[in-house]
Amino acid sequence: MNVRLYALQRATALVMVPLVLLHIAVIFYAARVGLSAADILARTRGSIGWATFYAVFVLAAATHGAIGVRSVAADWAGVRGGKLDILTWGLGMILAALGLRAVAAVVLP
Amino acid sequence: MRQRTRGHRQSALWIAAMLHRLSGVALACFLPLHFLALGLAIDGEARLDRFLRWTSNPMVKLAETGLVFLLVIHLLGGIRVLVIENLPWRDGQKALATVAIAAAAVAAIAFLVRAT
Repeated sequence: MNVRLYALQRATALVMVPLVLLHIAVIFYAARVGLSAADILARTRGSIGWATFYAVFVLAAATHGAIGVRSVAADWAGVRGGKLDILTWGLGMILAALGLRAVAAVVLP
Repeated sequence: MRQRTRGHRQSALWIAAMLHRLSGVALACFLPLHFLALGLAIDGEARLDRFLRWTSNPMVKLAETGLVFLLVIHLLGGIRVLVIENLPWRDGQKALATVAIAAAAVAAIAFLVRAT
């Protein structure tokens, strides 16, 4: 892992610490009350706050996950060079695209 | 010789690092499925509701419990890495790693109790 990727990995980790804590709180709340789709969408649809929260979360997770899998692929599977870059960018883009699509699905009115 | 090079694998810190790495890979595998599930709302509230009803299955609740464990262990493992890299070294790292693993297990069990 080069310095740029290392810094990006740690920066996204730092950004996600409070986001994951809040996400865990929501998970526990949802587990207790048993939310329906209507309950979830009533909270998120049209909310700029939740849209920002989930969009930042998705982009940070996509970046963090892609760099993390890159490290594992290099260490354990010996993937190198162009293949490693394709894996990193491919996974990052797929996670970001699917994640932002999911955010749009739950926040757009 | 082979056994000697594997001795470190019994260390709580090696186990913590391995759990951090494996939980990260597992979460990266789960994320696309999570996003696809939430994306069902694009086709309307009823589609997402059908999926949510399916998640009330006990086996799904058990799988979700595993996911909560993975998320919490990866969070705590990540905080551990950030603290080690950015703050002065402090003793008791093995105890802290063990507490982190226990805390993740407690969080997962607490989730299961609340969800059932």
